[in-house]
Amino acid sequence: MASIWEYANPRRFMATSGALLPWVAAIAALCLIGGLIWGFFFTPDDFRQGSTVKIIYVHVPSAIMAINAWLMMLVASLIWFVRRHHVSALAAKAAAPVGMVFTLIALFTGAVWGQPMWGTWWEWDPRLTSFLILFLFYLGYMALWEAIENPDQAADLTAVLCLVGSVFAILSRYALVFWNQGLHQGTTVTTAGVGVEEGVSSVFLYPMLTVLTGFAFLFLALVLYRTRTEIRSRRLKALIAQERMA
Amino acid sequence: MVDLGQYAVPVLSAYAVTIALLVALVAGSIWRARRVARALAEVEARRGRGASS
Repeated sequence: MASIWEYANPRRFMATSGALLPWVAAIAALCLIGGLIWGFFFTPDDFRQGSTVKIIYVHVPSAIMAINAWLMMLVASLIWFVRRHHVSALAAKAAAPVGMVFTLIALFTGAVWGQPMWGTWWEWDPRLTSFLILFLFYLGYMALWEAIENPDQAADLTAVLCLVGSVFAILSRYALVFWNQGLHQGTTVTTAGVGVEEGVSSVFLYPMLTVLTGFAFLFLALVLYRTRTEIRSRRLKALIAQERMA
Repeated sequence: MVDLGQYAVPVLSAYAVTIALLVALVAGSIWRARRVARALAEVEARRGRGASS
């Protein structure tokens, strides 16, 4: 079996990701479309929340993947720090816009869900606030990559920013455990079906897990695709620099 | 058709914005990938011609 570090070789990464991409994209499309149709058309309204419960199928998967995207960037940044593999730094760069869009989706869908249920679009609640800060970290991370000309220096500085931002990614997930206050409810997905009062019902859980799988595969597909673009872009810049020096 | 009752606007807007943002993300990624691939092919072709002449 090949070592995972072999994929740090750009040629090996391009070959493997090229073969994987159609399958990953197909699974993402299938789960996303199937899960959203299942959740929107074939699940009942909640007895307390009415039809707004259907927002769960876009809000929860996007929020979970927004945090996981940053944690993936953290792992890639640590690999860059320790082993100096360029592909890992480029994968972190490629993941940032995807995570940023997922965070934006979670913030928007949370606001439109919160208004009818809580009576407000926004509250400076620990989870919501840490999520907003995570969104700002995504923007800062992307801006920093664009602001620095030297790619290795950009990779170093963005990796440091990623380490700092990880605090807010973790706070976003565990804010209620740490502070035990605010409007946002606690974890209901992992407590489903285990007798906990507020655990989400299986009638909502299964379509939501299908959409979550779709979001996860979409993230993987986009990161692979965008990393391939970053590798090509890096090669393009190197060739242009060589031409100028010749 | 699903009856969303009084919550039709928040539910439909949540889905519409989600789908629009995901489509924009995918389209933007494809657009940039094609632009970079085309530019790289041009530079490699130019270098190929330079090497053969």
